[in-house]
Amino acid sequence: MTQIVLTVNGSRCEADVEPRQLLAYFLRDQLGLKGTNVGCDTTSCGACTVLVDGESVKSCTVFAVQADGCEVTTVEGLAQGEELHPVQQAFHEQHALQCGYCTPGFVLATISLLKENPNPSEVEIRDGLEGNLCRCTGYHNIVKAVQAAARAGAGA
Amino acid sequence: MENLPLEGALTVTFVRSLLAHAKIAGIDATAAEALPNVQVLTAADMDLGPYGPPPFPGVNPGMGRPLLAVDRVRFVGDIIAIVISDDRATGVDAAELVSVDYDPLPAVVSPHESAKDEVLLFPEVGTNVAARAGSPEHDEELFGECEVVVSGTVVSQRMAPCPLEPRSAAAEVGPDGRVTAWLSTQTPHQDRMVLAGTLGLDPAQVRVIGPDVGGGFGAKMLNVEEVLVVWLARRLGRPVRWTETRSESMVALPHGRAARLEFTLGGSRDGKVLAYRLEILQDCGGYAVLGAFLPNLTGLMASGVYAIPRIEVEGRSVLTNTTPISAFRGAGRPEASQVIERAIDTFAAELGMDPAEVRRRNFIPKDAFPYTTASHANYDSGDYEGALELALRSVGYEELRDEQRQLREQAATTQLGIGISCYVEITNGIDETEFGEVEITPDGGAIVRTGSFSHGQGHETTFAMIAAERLGLPLEKVTVHKGDTDEIAKGTGTYGSKSTQIGGAAAGLAADDVLELAKQLVADYLEASPADIVLDPAAGRLHVAGDPSIGISWADLASRASADERLAELKAEREFKAGPTFPFGAHIAVVEVDTETGRVELRRLVAVDDAGTLINPLIAEGQVHGGIATGVAQALYENFVYDEDGNPLTGTFVGYAFPSSADLPSWEAVEMETPTPLNPLGAKGIGESGTIGATPAVHNAVVDALTPFGVRNVDLPANGENVWRALQEAKE
Repeated sequence: MTQIVLTVNGSRCEADVEPRQLLAYFLRDQLGLKGTNVGCDTTSCGACTVLVDGESVKSCTVFAVQADGCEVTTVEGLAQGEELHPVQQAFHEQHALQCGYCTPGFVLATISLLKENPNPSEVEIRDGLEGNLCRCTGYHNIVKAVQAAARAGAGA
Repeated sequence: MENLPLEGALTVTFVRSLLAHAKIAGIDATAAEALPNVQVLTAADMDLGPYGPPPFPGVNPGMGRPLLAVDRVRFVGDIIAIVISDDRATGVDAAELVSVDYDPLPAVVSPHESAKDEVLLFPEVGTNVAARAGSPEHDEELFGECEVVVSGTVVSQRMAPCPLEPRSAAAEVGPDGRVTAWLSTQTPHQDRMVLAGTLGLDPAQVRVIGPDVGGGFGAKMLNVEEVLVVWLARRLGRPVRWTETRSESMVALPHGRAARLEFTLGGSRDGKVLAYRLEILQDCGGYAVLGAFLPNLTGLMASGVYAIPRIEVEGRSVLTNTTPISAFRGAGRPEASQVIERAIDTFAAELGMDPAEVRRRNFIPKDAFPYTTASHANYDSGDYEGALELALRSVGYEELRDEQRQLREQAATTQLGIGISCYVEITNGIDETEFGEVEITPDGGAIVRTGSFSHGQGHETTFAMIAAERLGLPLEKVTVHKGDTDEIAKGTGTYGSKSTQIGGAAAGLAADDVLELAKQLVADYLEASPADIVLDPAAGRLHVAGDPSIGISWADLASRASADERLAELKAEREFKAGPTFPFGAHIAVVEVDTETGRVELRRLVAVDDAGTLINPLIAEGQVHGGIATGVAQALYENFVYDEDGNPLTGTFVGYAFPSSADLPSWEAVEMETPTPLNPLGAKGIGESGTIGATPAVHNAVVDALTPFGVRNVDLPANGENVWRALQEAKE
């Protein structure tokens, strides 16, 4: 076991983890943050995307020990009370989710994308979210949601 | 299921076959069981009979899948043993330590080879043919009157359904001996019956709960894994849980499509189709489950949107040493559409006629419904020419043809292709019944209970809208409950795009009944006649006709009825049964093809989809978008392939070409509504339309782009490699 200290959704957290423990399972099983979904085992689908020090990271491909000393944000850390994060609000309004399994990952990847590029073109959105897969929406409304979030100033 | 607390649950890990076809000479679990708290179970520990295929007519019952492989494995992924452990990591470690002694057998991967019956998967049955569809009899005169006859082959390649949430199941036996199963499923009520039947239990002893499920696409029907999890909970007396990894899901979750479709189509020189023959060779994988039945659906829909006087269909389903084939978004109908639409384009090319014009000359006319095709389908309603004309206008067909002509004249490297697909499909194909119940809550809202199930389709919103509109309630006051067999009396679940047209209709009828019951109660309270009570839907108030001041709101009615212990009167249940409906549409794809490298880029896809009356256009359009993406994925990207020994070559998301947002454009969905007379909503299904329409449109577009090069067909997926190959072959 290795001791790690990190900040998760604004709260300081100390934990003992097995060195082989993946960040995704650490968040889910040890911290109970079930919004981080695991959709594949090859870093392909992006359902497990979280922010580590503000950058989107596929948490299935990072060991928990690598997040030692970092600031981690999961989907649970986005809303302010009842008020959704602007990107969450945009996904809701644009019907950008159906089954919802990929949604936390898409929302966090979008936040990271808009931070880097607050006004992306459609091509930039499509290329920027290439690492996240969705089987339900055909991506159409996800792209619209990212555009709406950008208009709402989510990346500012 | 992974989110359920389930104190003390044990983890299930399956030991799966690494070989496609082998006898199992022995299983040594000693090393695995040396790990802490690990237990290994094999077929020798089973006290259940084989889990046979679903009772589809005509499927050989001797080719069912055993719950655990007995003596022989038939595909990579077949289950050999079960590891029970305290946690996932130990389970994975232990599964790797289970030593299986295989005696390899020759594997048969190609359906064509399988049909020769040289390598048999079930030697005791004596053949690999699991089912037949249509008729093997040939009418020698079928094409006798035809001036032009064309033929060709479409291989509707094998696809992995890939719901983003892999399957998961958990089960627990309560103190009363009843077992509760939480399943990542589409069909909780049917699962309960099959589980009870397979485990030898009274259905009352089984409760199935379908929680939030992350996509199904037809693949999440009850399979052996779920049965084993429930059996284990009973046998071990402890809660158990299983969640598949993606790599496991890619070989263990049933696949879709995998049909070889050979067409012969003939007609007159002026473009009238007179006869059509379709031969289907369906790969059903290692066991005969739903896949073996699919040629029946393909055959039923063979005629497409065309009035074809004479049709012959012959289908065979054969076993191969591959993952079993089952339902996947469209299930048999995309195959029908893919082949007839290629056949029509091939016919048009032979005649030198515009493919839109050939279609116009053969549509079943708008005034011919109800219409029975020569392939024995009874279409309820449609306007196929209307859909095509709308799509042609929306895409700007003539301008695109001009642009194409210019590029051809310039001999440009990148050529334009325009592909048309006109489709009709069948929803609620087997005349099913669905259950709906509506009750008024103490605060004057309503609960809708449905036997249908939602795993991303948004029934929670659509069904609430149906009830809210009828009762004059705001949408947020209506809650939809689903998926718990203890709470909902009965149901069939969701598949085949049938939910709204029967489940939504049942909920609507139950809401109508509740309104009538409310009128009676209000009449009692106001000392009026029920016939004189009317609903003001905008105000959510029931009042005396002609005098809105004498009335009562839903909230006050519920409150008063609660106090009087009469609230239970405001509850009604309904079942609704109806025949199949036939949604239809026209898709037009525009592609750019690099004729040097073969690279294909889909520039546009215009989709006219008519599913009758739309309850919630936003949700319906979302279904179309996702459906189109899957259809395009088949046309351009995905293909689940095996090597000649039956080893999967595309068994992860790295190897399998699941398209991302960067691979696809935005869609141009165009609404059209031709209500069906078969249910009070006028609604048909929409969940699979996009998929069925899109693949042939894109496929035809790619071939269209290459026509000047002498290319007459491109294999699916029409990706760079297959386009390049087609170009090389045309040069030779």
